[in-house]
Amino acid sequence: MEKMVNIKIDGKLLTVPDGQNLVNAAKDNGIFIPSLCYFEHIEPPLGTCRTCTCKLDGKYQPACTMKVHDGMTVEVNTPELLDMRKSLVEMMFSEGNHFCPSCEKSGNCDLQHMAYELGISVTRFEHLFKDRMIDYGSKRIIMEHNRCIKCKRCVEDVVTDDGKKVFTYQGRGNETFVGIDYKEEPKLSEQQAIAAMELCPTGAIIVRGVSMAHPFGEREFDINSEQKNFTRRFPKSHKPAGMEKKVLATASLAGCFGCHMSMLDIDLELLDLVELVTFNKSPLTDIKKFTGRCHIGLIEGGVCNDENIETLKEFRKMCDILVSVGECAVWGGLPAMRNTIPLSECLEEAYLNCVTSEEGANLVPYHEDLPKILDKIYACHDIVKIDHFIPGCPPSANHIWKSVKHLLWGEEYSILYSEFKYD
Amino acid sequence: MKELFPVEPMRSSLLDKLWDLQNNNRYISDSDISHLAAELNISAVEVEGVVSFYHFFHRKPSGKYTIYIDDSIIARYKGYHRIVEAFERETGATLGSVDRTGTFGLFSTPCIGLSDQAPAVLINFRPFTQLNVIKVKELVQQLRNGVDIDQMYHPPVSNVCTTIYSKKNIFFNSYTPGKAVKELTKHTSDDILSLLRDTNLSGRGGAFYPTWKKWEACRSYTADYKFIVCNADEGEPGTFKDRVLLQELPGLLIEGMIISGFTVNAQYGIIYLRGEYWWLYDQLQKTIDEFYKLGLLGKDIVGITGFNFDVRIQMGAGAYVCGEETAMLESMEGHRGEPRTKWFYPVEKGYLKSPTIINNVETICAAARIVELGVNEYNKTGLPGSPGTKLISVSGDCQNPGVYEIPWGITVAELLELCVAVDPYYIQVSGPSGECISINEKFRRISMLDLLGLPDLRCGGSFMIFNKEREIIDILLNFASFFKKESCGICTPCRAGNFIIERKLEKLKNKLARQSDIDDMISWGHIIKTTSRCGLGKTSCNSLVMAMQKFGGYFDKLIDKKEDSLMVGFNIEEAVADYEQYKS
Repeated sequence: MEKMVNIKIDGKLLTVPDGQNLVNAAKDNGIFIPSLCYFEHIEPPLGTCRTCTCKLDGKYQPACTMKVHDGMTVEVNTPELLDMRKSLVEMMFSEGNHFCPSCEKSGNCDLQHMAYELGISVTRFEHLFKDRMIDYGSKRIIMEHNRCIKCKRCVEDVVTDDGKKVFTYQGRGNETFVGIDYKEEPKLSEQQAIAAMELCPTGAIIVRGVSMAHPFGEREFDINSEQKNFTRRFPKSHKPAGMEKKVLATASLAGCFGCHMSMLDIDLELLDLVELVTFNKSPLTDIKKFTGRCHIGLIEGGVCNDENIETLKEFRKMCDILVSVGECAVWGGLPAMRNTIPLSECLEEAYLNCVTSEEGANLVPYHEDLPKILDKIYACHDIVKIDHFIPGCPPSANHIWKSVKHLLWGEEYSILYSEFKYD
Repeated sequence: MKELFPVEPMRSSLLDKLWDLQNNNRYISDSDISHLAAELNISAVEVEGVVSFYHFFHRKPSGKYTIYIDDSIIARYKGYHRIVEAFERETGATLGSVDRTGTFGLFSTPCIGLSDQAPAVLINFRPFTQLNVIKVKELVQQLRNGVDIDQMYHPPVSNVCTTIYSKKNIFFNSYTPGKAVKELTKHTSDDILSLLRDTNLSGRGGAFYPTWKKWEACRSYTADYKFIVCNADEGEPGTFKDRVLLQELPGLLIEGMIISGFTVNAQYGIIYLRGEYWWLYDQLQKTIDEFYKLGLLGKDIVGITGFNFDVRIQMGAGAYVCGEETAMLESMEGHRGEPRTKWFYPVEKGYLKSPTIINNVETICAAARIVELGVNEYNKTGLPGSPGTKLISVSGDCQNPGVYEIPWGITVAELLELCVAVDPYYIQVSGPSGECISINEKFRRISMLDLLGLPDLRCGGSFMIFNKEREIIDILLNFASFFKKESCGICTPCRAGNFIIERKLEKLKNKLARQSDIDDMISWGHIIKTTSRCGLGKTSCNSLVMAMQKFGGYFDKLIDKKEDSLMVGFNIEEAVADYEQYKS
């Protein structure tokens, strides 16, 4: 029989088999230690993503590379460790170019799921927008290097039947990426290729033709939370009566007005809304200039030109609380796809070289009355201080309304797992 | 083609094979990659992964003369930019590329271990030091005229500085080949361990782990064969003491390895020499050959029956992280130099999953001297509890840069006086991964002890002095970009974190940062430190955090205070500059 030992996780005394991997030992006892790279059958464990970092006997260590021993004391969910874990996942978002709304794996993505679980609405780090390639060189598998978090799962786990690696890291430092072997890749069976796509915790490995298997709403992480004991408190319904009406202002910068459309989607609650708030400057009211201070300003879209900067600064001056609504405002979103490409290339493609441009076109519009285009899309908080962030593309109507309502009346609330999404 | 030990698999020769291709053809071609893949029965992408990890391997022709310019912070302050400009003008190649004729390739590289003679370059891995614009012009002219590079090159001077303490020297003292090894006939392995314990010898690479503990642990494992690895991958910027030891006392090093082999019962020794030190290879190999002739290597060494020990050299290929012991093992096995997890320690399962000792050049040399001198003689120098001497590579703003052998226990002020520092203000101890101190701390001791609860400076070997004219932000940026490039790239905090820190420092340099940005950097530095996989990430933010805390006044001046707290620093002129070019 296996020798059993006593360990303590977050003060809870557990009896587990000696030498068991800590992540498994915790899991068997209903304690969730998040990890993006851990694979039970790979030994020694990869230890690359570091999200499972815990405090073991007072020392910071990744849980996945630790075997339990008698008397081990483990801290998993202290505020410091939770924040650290969150920051590591945020780093992955800021380092890669993760455009969830346009990703095949969205909804089935471990990275995205982890971010939901940790409640990330915006990364504390600046997005790095490093130019990365998409490798279409292989017959069946597409390597989307923008999305890779370098977890090493595919490097270790995907081998051909004659034992050769299909994926290997290339380069070093911030230039590291996972290269694919064009010769070995066709030797994988269809099933093996799909397994490779599925073991990828993000959408970096895509098999042509089979990537969008499930419609929205039925994807793995649309409604399911892996961390079952994750806070699932429902917000209290709020019925303020006889209160002073609050003043709202909204703007759409480099966005698609999708978030504004989403705001209107609250349907019948619109009737409640007009009881509670009035709108000042907003495309909804067509008021062009602020007529007074506002309680809350909702900004959709990132910042792509100098006019956006002016607008944003004016909002900051006139609003007590400023909220970034939607992916574009939060970090740039889809328009930020241009951030890894020089501006001149974008403009020349758009005005001079594209198929719809007129023959002999030789001019990129420039006029003193036209807003000046910035070198890249900036998040709103790169320009002014932003108080709150509501992610989503677009955020659901209820989500926006609930957040705004509670912000205005200063109440704490929790968000449902299923309504907090990046796509 | 150098020979491996009989127990080593062919994969271990991958780096050597790549070096042969690189040196002979000046690059590694697609067909080379497929051939190697077929030979080793691995996929081509795996070979390519190894090639792309080491920056001395090129996938495109790197010029008949490949020139690497040292871009460490010391070199930057000693004229790096002028040298780059001069080389670009004379060779017609721009930095990072090869000229049209394919004659000259011009690349920058982190510290090449010649900070005492900066600015310096490596041309086909032969060093040329203390350059200036005129020297560069002459160099390139001679190469163009077909002068043999070996005739133009002289090994750089050692710069071992004589000081008032030199009478107490342990390393740089008279050396007789075989003296230490012959002592082994009088000792058991237990004796050696107690010698090391009684002299408090600990890892001189900078980790200061007690050497006897490591050796004892390795000895306790039984295995068919064990390895002694000498870490001569001296990559910490500003460090060059191992270079000088290798140049002046190669025999002492080999003796230390033999002693280590004797103690832990290992049969094989490997010296992992950094690619930057190719120029030390011939002499080191010659010393090894002589040792075989003297019966100090090979079978039944110094007459001890059954004591067999062989040594070979493994060349690194340009990767700072390979100085991390487990990354070094990966590299020796012909893989990318990615540090391993702590699932096993090398003393249990190291090189080829066999028990392995990895020690720094200085540690191994010190072990040899300890066996030669005995505890009493060795302990006469230094402090009780921190006996002996330490080699320190001094560079930067001082009149006499070089290697100083100092007794443990002298103060920073004394060292500054020895090297005649000029208006010192900011001192980087133990390299970018070490700690920075301000001149206000000049009375701190350099030792392995604590003084009144405050730890002394455990200098790993690098001591870079900067005067008040030097911009601290430039120093920190140089370090950040060094770590960004030299991270092995497999763990998130180190790979992404150092990149993020570099961006933030650029913002600070451009005077767009706020106090909150400084606070962010300190808190992120803590995250990178605690969550990184190996020593590289764990130490990469040390100096940054310390500098922010110790030089608050300096950073205060860089902080943007113009706008109110609701606005974030933003340079709109710069952001619209790209678009302004369309103004007709």
